[in-house]
Amino acid sequence: MDLFEYQGKCYFARFGVPVSTGGVAETVEEAVARAEEAGYPVVVKAQVQVGGRGKAGGIQIAADAAEVRRHAEAILGMDIRGHVVGRLLVEQATDIAAEYYASFTLDRSAKLDLGLLSSEGGVDIEEVAAHRPEAIARVHVDPVDGLSEEVCREWVERAGLGGDAAPGAVQLLRALYRCYTDGDADLVEVNPLVLTTDATLLALDAKVTLDDSAAFRHPEWAELESTQVLDVREQLARERGLQYVGLDGSIGIIANGAGLAMSTLDVVHQVGGTPANFLDVGGGAKAEVMASALEVINTDPKVRCIFINIFGGITKGEEVAKGVVEALGRVKLSSPIVVRLDGTNAEQGRAILAEHESERLVSQPTMLDAARKAVELALERG
Amino acid sequence: MSIFVDAGTRVVVQGLTGSQGRFYGLRNRAYGTQVVAGTNPRKAGTDVEGIPVFATVGDARQATGASASCIFVPAPAVPDAVLEAAGAGMELVVVITEGVPAHDQALFYNQLRRNHPGTRLLGPNCPGIITPGECNIGITAGEIAKGGGPVGIVSRSGTLTYQALYELKQKDIGVTTCVGIGGDPVPGTSFVDCLRAFEADPDTRAVMILGEIGGTAEEEAADFLAGAMTKPVVAYVAGVMAPAGRKMGHAGAIVSGTKGTAKAKMTALRDGGAEVALNPTEAGELMARVIADV
Repeated sequence: MDLFEYQGKCYFARFGVPVSTGGVAETVEEAVARAEEAGYPVVVKAQVQVGGRGKAGGIQIAADAAEVRRHAEAILGMDIRGHVVGRLLVEQATDIAAEYYASFTLDRSAKLDLGLLSSEGGVDIEEVAAHRPEAIARVHVDPVDGLSEEVCREWVERAGLGGDAAPGAVQLLRALYRCYTDGDADLVEVNPLVLTTDATLLALDAKVTLDDSAAFRHPEWAELESTQVLDVREQLARERGLQYVGLDGSIGIIANGAGLAMSTLDVVHQVGGTPANFLDVGGGAKAEVMASALEVINTDPKVRCIFINIFGGITKGEEVAKGVVEALGRVKLSSPIVVRLDGTNAEQGRAILAEHESERLVSQPTMLDAARKAVELALERG
Repeated sequence: MSIFVDAGTRVVVQGLTGSQGRFYGLRNRAYGTQVVAGTNPRKAGTDVEGIPVFATVGDARQATGASASCIFVPAPAVPDAVLEAAGAGMELVVVITEGVPAHDQALFYNQLRRNHPGTRLLGPNCPGIITPGECNIGITAGEIAKGGGPVGIVSRSGTLTYQALYELKQKDIGVTTCVGIGGDPVPGTSFVDCLRAFEADPDTRAVMILGEIGGTAEEEAADFLAGAMTKPVVAYVAGVMAPAGRKMGHAGAIVSGTKGTAKAKMTALRDGGAEVALNPTEAGELMARVIADV
């Protein structure tokens, strides 16, 4: 789950990473109230999960209530690269002396945590990485040891952060590392991390991606989840515990396992079709899960045919078949279904499907045959 | 011959008394695997259809000589289960459970790397490992695999692994060992670990790699192929049409650079000397041709 800036900053603050005084607003009046609390001048920032909001006019400085009102009116509802602004962060403006960059993420290759720190923040850090990689100081952290003060100090020195910034930076980066580990984040990124003219350090932006697998030990995440911007079907799928990503094609895809689901998209494309979605019903999918998956895809008006591709390991064939049959009884599906079923208890599953075979429900023996049949049916139905 | 497991491997199932552990533990035994014990601290002294249940992996090892463990416990209990198995001296620990937080994975991976170098971790979130006809640990449907070699399989995706076993069986091609390394951020065993073992296994004469988008594991495998692999390799990478994944901020892009896309992985594997298929069926066909030549 990707957090909005204001949520990321609250998360930072919980772990002792310093952020500006401010708050979130959904209306112009709320924006003025937040500004009065923070003290002028303030910055009014659009809360969208997309880059380039500054260039789009989504970040403005305001010296008084009238200016806050004017900017809030302009920014709320603004469309920034397809994202409509529904919230503002209003926070105290900062006099900046220097801008840095800091992040922690997992280095999947080294299987260690990786910290990146640069004295050249506030700019396109990917450009810096590409053209002057030496400007980014890296540190690998073994999670067994954590980030010690000594290692952190050496890292800060290597990154060339100035004398004023160094002591505060060690403390801030260690807090940021705790936010990353104890906070179960896949990514924490601060760009820019700023040194103010009165020599304090602040996280002026916050990018936080939480690890959804760790939700079981973070009941407080439920509140963050409610603000996630999802399309209707993504929302529906999430409520039902399904992995769904919408695409533009005409063939609805249901498969078990991310690998097989991706492979199914590839095969449909290879035989001349266009996938309408990625939907992984995961391991242990039972009748109810399968029915839910069909209901989600059934709400997509672009879908002309549904291709169910299940290879049973955890998911047992008869469960898949029962799910399909049950869904046919429960939902009035607008598209025909092509099923390809193999693996654990596939014979029992195919026997159940055979009893219900019709022009609305076709069973095919192989993945390629099933993909071809699905494309054929989709074309017939225009 | 095979890699990592064979007919002599004795297995303890952690979570045998749970529904998943019971279902697959008994299936593995019915397949012929020596499933000699289960663990559950609250049910020690009982049994699951004749398989004795012990309080700890240490007790199970002492009583039964188990040297491999298979973990089915819920995600929050996985770190303790892994450390318990490694502490009891298990040579192989297979974690089937999905949904283990990434920081937990990184922590127990590095704890094992440092304190239990003799333990091989497989998973988490993997389908397990099968040496057909000898030993099946995990959730693979054993009947879809033909044994006897000459092909070794290593895969990041569970269901694609079954697909590959199935394609080869249709062509009457046998498998020495099929390893599902899992698609999670910190897999205990990597593609390279498996390629190295297959290269050393005299009965494996060709290897199939099944990859997917994300991470850099396929690129590392490609480097190994170019430098140290003499046996032919067929590769398939899923996800050419996959929606562009959530970009992990700038940090992710800096770490992986241009790596990570299916196309980049396919190119790297081809440059490393692998034959690259465009779908699982084609991978089976390519392998049939490769086998005819070796």
